[in-house]
Amino acid sequence: MKIIVLMKQVANKDAVLRIGKDEKWIDDSDVAFQTNESDGYALEEALRYKEAKGGGEVVVCTLGGQSAKTVIKDALARGADRAIHIVADNTQGMSPFTIAKTIADAVKEENADLIYTGLQSDDSGFGQVGVILAELLGLPHATLIIEVDRESAEYRVKRELESGLYKWFTYQLPAVMAIQSGISQIRYATLKGIMAAKSKPVKEVQANIENFDSAQKIEKVYMPLKLKTTQMLGGGDAKKGAVELVEKLKTEVRVI
Amino acid sequence: MILVFIEHKDCVLNKTSLEAITAAQTIGKELSLPVAAVIPCGGECGLANDIANYDIAKVIVAKNEKLGTYTPDGYTDAFAEIIKKENPKYVIMAHTYQVRDFAPKLAARFGKEVVGDCIRYKNDSGKLTFTRRIFLGKLDADVTVGGDAPYFVTFQSGAFRGDNAAKGSATVENVDVNVNDLRMKPEAPFQEAKASVDLSKSEIIVAVGRGIKSKENIAIAQGLADVLGADLAASRPICDSEWLPIDRQIGSSGQTVAPKVYIALGISGAIQHIVGMKNAGTIVAINKDSEAPIFDIADYGIVGDLFEAVPTLIEEIKKAKG
Repeated sequence: MKIIVLMKQVANKDAVLRIGKDEKWIDDSDVAFQTNESDGYALEEALRYKEAKGGGEVVVCTLGGQSAKTVIKDALARGADRAIHIVADNTQGMSPFTIAKTIADAVKEENADLIYTGLQSDDSGFGQVGVILAELLGLPHATLIIEVDRESAEYRVKRELESGLYKWFTYQLPAVMAIQSGISQIRYATLKGIMAAKSKPVKEVQANIENFDSAQKIEKVYMPLKLKTTQMLGGGDAKKGAVELVEKLKTEVRVI
Repeated sequence: MILVFIEHKDCVLNKTSLEAITAAQTIGKELSLPVAAVIPCGGECGLANDIANYDIAKVIVAKNEKLGTYTPDGYTDAFAEIIKKENPKYVIMAHTYQVRDFAPKLAARFGKEVVGDCIRYKNDSGKLTFTRRIFLGKLDADVTVGGDAPYFVTFQSGAFRGDNAAKGSATVENVDVNVNDLRMKPEAPFQEAKASVDLSKSEIIVAVGRGIKSKENIAIAQGLADVLGADLAASRPICDSEWLPIDRQIGSSGQTVAPKVYIALGISGAIQHIVGMKNAGTIVAINKDSEAPIFDIADYGIVGDLFEAVPTLIEEIKKAKG
């Protein structure tokens, strides 16, 4: 059982975002990065599946510049066996089809049994790369996976539907699965894992990014237009704000 | 032609499809394009005549017994055949869980991608620009799409109003479509052990997000909820970390609430959370990041440390209540 896990480096969730000079993306020159949240869960689920099946290989794969090596190092420390780094210096605002095509070209020959991705990235938020990749590779897929049946001999996954409903699906492999956040508790890298990661193979391949006419193109990035007038209280002083808020809750909202 | 996707389960309509109809009608009017609705269905579609009561050119029922239950393979095959036949300029859908599961596959079959989860569009003499939220709702991006038609677009729930869908009368066309072998086998849908907490009836909700930092700190928020007679709720990361049980989760994968007052503590306001609480009467946000998107929908905002604000709040509320 070979599982490839696609992981992406994204701006840290707490980062204060500044819009870039060309207004097409953020200015990420001084932004801290992290591994995309749901991709972390995808890795965890892949590791647990391998452990439950008593063998196999988990291969982490990322598309990005040299800074994305952090994602790889971290994944190897948590237990991935090896890594494929598809090197591309500028992936800002790259369209989902373009990303999927670039990854498809790079992983096709791995002939993995499963390809896991996170449900969507915390930057572009397309939620499409895994699904398009599946179509390009001629594989079935599922998204919003909230549980994988590790006991079953067949490959069985639970999908989250709307309004609190769930549904199990049995899949023919190979397949591509987009994993929802919260599927299981993510493990920490152990010191042993961090040491072991240093000797695990990392294959670099140069990204082959083809021109894609039908790409969606970002014309302009800006702060969202405000829908409401917000009364800001306290002027940066949290305690003063709290006092003012109680007054508002009493006189304007009338809940106290 | 604009094709609009109608989502249903056993011929019971998913109401967000009406929002998609409104979107298609609005865009169709501006671009002088007729609209046709597409309903994949396993047999005689009990929904077709209802959809024919809207102001569209026709309702296409894509029929095959393999379409009785949703699968991404089945829906993609069926819809692709209709697209090939109708040659639409736009394919418009509501951005539901089902649509996000199959729409990118459908688009990819035509060598395309989806402009997904749009919140609005604008029309510059026939050229459409769509607006999407990026970076978890912190920024908006205006997006155009290149290449030839078809263009695939999904709109976020609430971007259009379903009750604005214009009524009319359309013909119903049944098309037997080919569906290849399905590579996935669905079981029956089910509900998890019933949520023990029904937050939809709460008058006041105190909700915590990642800003609460640890499981131990939940007690601070509980203290505020107690003095207000409020229920405690949380954003997804809190429940993912098991700091609060899943039945306290607000948002697209949790409960949808509309209390009189919603106090968001350390919640940045990702779209997935906002869809679950934006209809609250009064929204209060306390967050140390002044650019957190939660402030865009808040009526009252405090930029600062919640660990400073909340104890003062508790104290002052106690005083006010005497």
